[in-house]
Amino acid sequence: MRVVLAEDLFLLRDGLTRTLQDHGFDVIAAVDNGPALLRALLEEEPDVAVVDIRLPPTFTDEGLQAALEARRSRPALPVLVLSQYVDQLYAHELLAGGRGAIGYLLKDRITHTTQFVDAVRTVAAGGTVMDPQVIARLLARSDARGTTAHLTPRELDVLRLMAEGRSNAAVAATLFISESAVAKHTAAIFTKLRIEPSADDNRRVLAVLAYLKR
Amino acid sequence: MSRRRPGTGSLAADLGRCQLLSLAALAVSGAGGLVIGALLLLPVGVGFLLLPPAATALRRMSDRYRGWAAHRTGTLISPPRPLPPRPAGPGGRRRRALAILGDAGFWHDLRWAWAEPVTGALIAAAPPALVWYGLFGAAVQPFVWRLLGDGNWYAFVLVDSSAAMLAALVLALGFTAAGLRLAPLVLRLHARWSGRLLTAPYTTELVRRIEHLAGSRADVLDIQAAELRRIERDLHDGAQARLVALGMTLDEASRLLDHDPPAARALLQEVRATSQRALQDLRELLHGVLPPVLADRGLGDAVRSLALDSHLDVHVDAALPGRLPAPVESAGYFAVAELLANAAKHSGSPEVRISLSHTAGMLRVTVADDGRGGANADGSGLRGLRRRIEPFDGTLVLHSPRGGPTTATLEIPCASSSPKTSSSSGTG
Repeated sequence: MRVVLAEDLFLLRDGLTRTLQDHGFDVIAAVDNGPALLRALLEEEPDVAVVDIRLPPTFTDEGLQAALEARRSRPALPVLVLSQYVDQLYAHELLAGGRGAIGYLLKDRITHTTQFVDAVRTVAAGGTVMDPQVIARLLARSDARGTTAHLTPRELDVLRLMAEGRSNAAVAATLFISESAVAKHTAAIFTKLRIEPSADDNRRVLAVLAYLKR
Repeated sequence: MSRRRPGTGSLAADLGRCQLLSLAALAVSGAGGLVIGALLLLPVGVGFLLLPPAATALRRMSDRYRGWAAHRTGTLISPPRPLPPRPAGPGGRRRRALAILGDAGFWHDLRWAWAEPVTGALIAAAPPALVWYGLFGAAVQPFVWRLLGDGNWYAFVLVDSSAAMLAALVLALGFTAAGLRLAPLVLRLHARWSGRLLTAPYTTELVRRIEHLAGSRADVLDIQAAELRRIERDLHDGAQARLVALGMTLDEASRLLDHDPPAARALLQEVRATSQRALQDLRELLHGVLPPVLADRGLGDAVRSLALDSHLDVHVDAALPGRLPAPVESAGYFAVAELLANAAKHSGSPEVRISLSHTAGMLRVTVADDGRGGANADGSGLRGLRRRIEPFDGTLVLHSPRGGPTTATLEIPCASSSPKTSSSSGTG
């Protein structure tokens, strides 16, 4: 799998490159600034891009801007955005296309290598991965508005993990329950929230996120 | 008020006001006379007793005129400094009188008291005089000219025939109409003239400005010092403490590595968790100092981000050209955050509208909800907010009648710079 990597700190860029290579990715370009990232995204046609949000020359949201810009001409280009902080506005902007193939994670998550590599694979396969912090804030909001009031605590757990972009198997493993139990909870959640159920994992995640963002 | 199209009712009311003003001049001269009397009696000592109450009466009078002129012209008339208070201790009265004599505002008032009856009041008297003379002519001329015979003049008309009487009648009605029409114009003129006479001397304004600057500078330093203390405490209790713990756990882990690898592994897991918490602490601290979206995108998008995080339905209408100076953006951001939190806590309204605009060198932010109103403008949150925007000469106006709705309007004068990053990609 061909990866473009953008990270301005040499140590992190080096570490990420090694991590990705160790897991069988082919890092075709490792860049350290916004313009070079945009060029790499458009010319190298990677299978997935891993992008730090803050890049030179402006050291603002250069990486995000380059990713959004590249996705305007290649809408399904898979991008996993990493950041020192997560912001609801940026999450909304990344999800705005409504197509998936997008990820938004705190940079800390790369220390958990297997989860991080899973996230890269999910995004590359067209899936959606959102940081637990983004989802926690969305759920806190839904809770205060009462839009998820009729869910049981267990269903809320499932909803949270589902919104983060985990597969049924991953949800089952995290909550120490069987996959069929997860499927049952999922069906209950979709009925209670009146969301159109879907067999497609990614469409399901997007539907849940759309519901929470309301 | 003065912009209203004059109907007959308001014309009559304005006429009444003119009449009142011309009569009020008597009170003004009275107060002025008292002061002059007191001044004349200074050499015999009694003046020292009389001057303070006389000056106070005059000030009360001039303040009433100030309020009235401000109301009429719609512009604030900067008042003079309050009269010096009576010093404690023996001889207080006498020393207060001396202090009043040295007060620029006092002499300013006196000058006005002298000028008002012979200028303002005279102008104000013109419309009522016209109307009274007109009404008198219209009421009397049709009947009296036959009785009087020769020598009955009305204005410049010798009323000695029916035709002349009719002419006088028309003239009389004309006077009345002219007086009524003139009244609002004269009121405006009088208000502007009074405003000019009553505005505090320039030096008073400068002194006031310097006092304000000194006060707000002290506030800025206080706020800054408090902020630094908070950051220091947060770092000390948060990230720093966690890093120390991290070092200790690592030390323990390396000691266990040889003879108890499973225990060492458990400790390393702990190290990871601690390092994550330390990062989270730092992140929250940094967010409190300068929210990253604010630094990246500026005020408009930062407020949109706040809106997305809020539990309320927040509609943001941001029309900001480019970036504002960083300190203004920061003050504006924390102000909106505070107002939004207040709305969420107290208004009971599910919806909030925020609009941001920058026109004529002024950032204007309004936060409005349809909640139950009755917000306390002097609550500690809003007081802190005012302190934050005062150094920029910013103002906060809170309109929150009981029963709602609540509108808070924040204005901060500032320039805008050309866009650093495009922020057109807004979501609401």
